[in-house]
Amino acid sequence: MKRRRVVDNDLLNYLKEKARSVRLGVIDALGVGNRGHLGGSMSCADIVAALYFYKMRRSSDKVNDPNRDRFIMSKGHSVLAQYAALAEAGFFDKDVLSTTKSLGSILQGHPERTTPGVEANTGSLGQGLSIGVGMALAGKADDRDYRIYVILGDGELAEGQVWEAAMAASHYTLDNLTAIVDMNGIQAMGKTRDRYSIQNISGRFAAFGWKTFEIDGHDMADIIEALDAAASARGLPSAIIARTIKGKGVNFAENKHTYHNNLLTAEDRANAIASVMSM
Amino acid sequence: MANKQEINPRIAYGEALLDLARSNRNIIALDADLCASTQSVQIENNLPEQFCEMGISEANMVSTAAGLSLCGKIPFVHSFAVFVVGRSFDQIRQGVCLPNLNVKIVGSSAGLSDFGDGATHQSFEDIALMRVLPNMTVLAPVDAVEVQKVVRAAAAIEGPVYIRLNRNDMQIVTGPATQFEVGKPLLLSEGRDVSICVNGITASMGLAASELLDKHGVSARVVNFSTIKPLDEVAVRSALAGTRAVVTVEEHSVIGGLGSAILECMSEAPLPTVRIGITDRYGQSAHDYGQLLQHYGLTAEAIVSAVMKVA
Repeated sequence: MKRRRVVDNDLLNYLKEKARSVRLGVIDALGVGNRGHLGGSMSCADIVAALYFYKMRRSSDKVNDPNRDRFIMSKGHSVLAQYAALAEAGFFDKDVLSTTKSLGSILQGHPERTTPGVEANTGSLGQGLSIGVGMALAGKADDRDYRIYVILGDGELAEGQVWEAAMAASHYTLDNLTAIVDMNGIQAMGKTRDRYSIQNISGRFAAFGWKTFEIDGHDMADIIEALDAAASARGLPSAIIARTIKGKGVNFAENKHTYHNNLLTAEDRANAIASVMSM
Repeated sequence: MANKQEINPRIAYGEALLDLARSNRNIIALDADLCASTQSVQIENNLPEQFCEMGISEANMVSTAAGLSLCGKIPFVHSFAVFVVGRSFDQIRQGVCLPNLNVKIVGSSAGLSDFGDGATHQSFEDIALMRVLPNMTVLAPVDAVEVQKVVRAAAAIEGPVYIRLNRNDMQIVTGPATQFEVGKPLLLSEGRDVSICVNGITASMGLAASELLDKHGVSARVVNFSTIKPLDEVAVRSALAGTRAVVTVEEHSVIGGLGSAILECMSEAPLPTVRIGITDRYGQSAHDYGQLLQHYGLTAEAIVSAVMKVA
């Protein structure tokens, strides 16, 4: 029987504000007139905020603490959300966000370890969960209790390597590994169900030997409960399948694949900020 | 040659890795269901906690190694050269070389050395693919004695290394005291007229060719290149200095391998050069390794003919 934990309202409000900061940071990182991945960054913004400001054991002072929890943005194009969270958490100055994707910036178009707080290079889809498997194996080998969180896109699940990693994680009973699928239902060329259908994601992970959770990826209480439950699972890896809305928070971009990789005009930017502020 | 003893380099590799892993608990061997062939089985048998069977999934294995490396481990990733390089090129590029991670990729049964299994299992492209990647070091030990030094050198490098290994017995051409230094060619036999540049299995062919050439009155120098990248250009030019022409011999495509690397080093002061290797084609099965080498033109006699053309 499912017991719904009462999540503290102050915590929820705190995390909702952090999620708002992440979304505003994404808009800053995107800037005006430059193409960038708005939709997927917004769809995972609540999850990213919950990880960085609630669940993960981490510190901007001790970036290389061997006991830190690790986060991997396997759908690397959504790194704008991670940059915003890292800036909010003090890994680098918020002013740096506006340099994203400019020549010589520490904030590249896809995650690179040259950015403080970025744990792995991703961008070629399908590899992040495998990297997480390696980190989880190392944690077990060293008897450290850190956890690894990997965000994947639902479109990304077409990459076969994801399922190779799913097999490995279950074979090695990596209960220190949590995959979070940002199931926004839209990939670059359109709706995932039309372009290249990936149904029953939860059932697929379960069949590969994972504990699974299905949640509303914009409901902070849902996210917190699933992250806590995943962390207490023993003997198997856990997958959180989060139903999300691509572009969430930017009303004119929601559920539109045209905002997978788009640019904002100055007017768009003002409207996007107003939309996020009214959430 | 006085000493024509042959020893299997992959057995020596497994012993060398085991030796290293005993003294460094951070070394982890990963394999994709070929550990008996690659000899990472020696780690599994003796230090099971430092071995990971990764199933038949090379791409996942390489990215997993990247994750291990990011947490301070020194992973050695094993499969046949054709698979670990070919199936995992993107993972090696994006996840290992771009962030300059301390991951060692071991391509076993390289070249034609898996003679019976045919074209699908033979690898003539691995050096070209690994050589083009920034941050990557590419090593191809010349014999079982040198393998041990190569494994130690690879472990001492804080970054990605590709080690190419032959499956079959190879003639011993170096001694325990022979120095191995990454980037430096090794003089195997002195000569004045023509330089024969070899590595791996072709070293013994080069030495045999040099003896045959003596009878034709041609003095051939034999220089071995166990490092294909990074090559010390000054050392390469100096190793070839004084000879009039160069013949390169490799168990790899003539496109992008040792011959190409040497030509790049000599591009500002070129010498007439003939490249011997696999001429832009695939392999095939044979019952015997020597038969296959001969079919693809990798013989002492072929080297002699090439030298006579440029000498």
